[in-house]
Amino acid sequence: MIPDTTSGLPWDAVVPAGSFTALLRSHGLEPRWSLPSEGSVLDAPEGTTVLAFRYADGVLMAGDRRATAGNVIAHRSLQKVFPADNLSAVAISGTAGIAIELIRLFQTELEHYEKLEGSRLSLEGKANHLAAMVRAQLPMAFQGLLVVPLFCGFDEKAGRGRLYSYDVVGGRYEETDYTATGSGGPYAKAHLRGAFREGLSEDEALQLAVDALVAAAEEDSATGGPDLQRGIYPNVVVISTQGYQEVPEDRVAAAARRAMGELR
Amino acid sequence: MNVPFYVPPEQLMKDRAEYARKGIARGKSIAAMEYADGMLLVAENPSGTLHKIGEIYDRIAFAGVGKYSEFETLRVAGIRHADLKGYSYARSDVTAKSLANAYCHALGQIFTQEVKPYEVGIMVAEVGDTPETTLLFKITYDGTLTAEDDVAAIGGQEEALTAHLREHYRPGAPLAEAIGWAVAAFEAANSRTFQATEWEAAVVDRTLGRRAFRRLSAQEMARG
Repeated sequence: MIPDTTSGLPWDAVVPAGSFTALLRSHGLEPRWSLPSEGSVLDAPEGTTVLAFRYADGVLMAGDRRATAGNVIAHRSLQKVFPADNLSAVAISGTAGIAIELIRLFQTELEHYEKLEGSRLSLEGKANHLAAMVRAQLPMAFQGLLVVPLFCGFDEKAGRGRLYSYDVVGGRYEETDYTATGSGGPYAKAHLRGAFREGLSEDEALQLAVDALVAAAEEDSATGGPDLQRGIYPNVVVISTQGYQEVPEDRVAAAARRAMGELR
Repeated sequence: MNVPFYVPPEQLMKDRAEYARKGIARGKSIAAMEYADGMLLVAENPSGTLHKIGEIYDRIAFAGVGKYSEFETLRVAGIRHADLKGYSYARSDVTAKSLANAYCHALGQIFTQEVKPYEVGIMVAEVGDTPETTLLFKITYDGTLTAEDDVAAIGGQEEALTAHLREHYRPGAPLAEAIGWAVAAFEAANSRTFQATEWEAAVVDRTLGRRAFRRLSAQEMARG
């Protein structure tokens, strides 16, 4: 039931300032996917490579654009990298529909906190909160509906970029240099392991990210490489002292053409 | 058997209104005015941490005078209203009009039904894509909702500030000029000058992107 949020103010909810999820729960609006106990596994769109690593100014995060359902390519131009707030980004792997809803809730949650408290959550606070949200999905993971995000951002206190990987039970692991997840994650990680170094410039970092995604797409059928014909390129974002910025598509396209050219 | 005293409703409402007005008159005021790119809100507030002006949603700002705990409750309820609506439907479905209606409904209920009315005055400002779609609402302690055109004020010095601003207002002025009017209006109403650190000011500005709310620093206020 959708409560009437157009008239009347939501006073009743938790005081003082609780989380947005608690507010949704008190209105019966919390996203839920209740499944039968021995439910069969659905062919929900999934499959991904997303990655993140540090570079000179902060962190870079990138993801391919393909979603697959079994052997079918469900979407060619899915966005898997999202801003979490002004200073952090989150990328998703796993069941697309659930993951995208989780991200929408996570974004609202961070903004809600920031407005109520008048200050942002610390980067670690955001990472921990995301871990709790993934943990809450655990029963669904047993049904094959996985959500495994990556999280990165610029830590204002520490003055540097930081990145976190997750597992399906909500484990949160801070990574020092680079990380990747999704079905093509291991291949991207192998590429990063060889090519990562300290103090990459933004241009070098962009090229490395696209190269690693191309390497993953070569090996993993559920990861889409750059599609030069249709003009579909990976999503690449950087987070530095300047905040969250999407790398313009023409720069990603140029990096993709270089990466594809080297394959020949 | 106890026979309750009969109090005529006129008297009851008059007493309550007087009580609320007295409470509000003790506090400091807030002025709002439109400028070229949005809406400016200026409060006399020496505290750097306890805000009277706040962000509600992408293009909507809140300002409250009177009793801190009461307008703070309203601010929080407004953020919840907006975030719930934006999450349930879409971001563009959150409007100042619906929020102002919710506020007037809530304040009206409290005024007639609670033991004590809220001693607050609030404003809701929304910046639109054009000056024509930029909105400013004022809601009083008894839930009276008014849509203002381009300038408004709440608090004890409401009338003096509004009169001064109306006199100086011109459409399409840059932000610095609007800051100048606000400072002059407060100085005229209080017959004294202010330090830049005594202001709390914020804008909702259509050039700032999705989240149009921005607080102004003391330097910006001093320059204006």
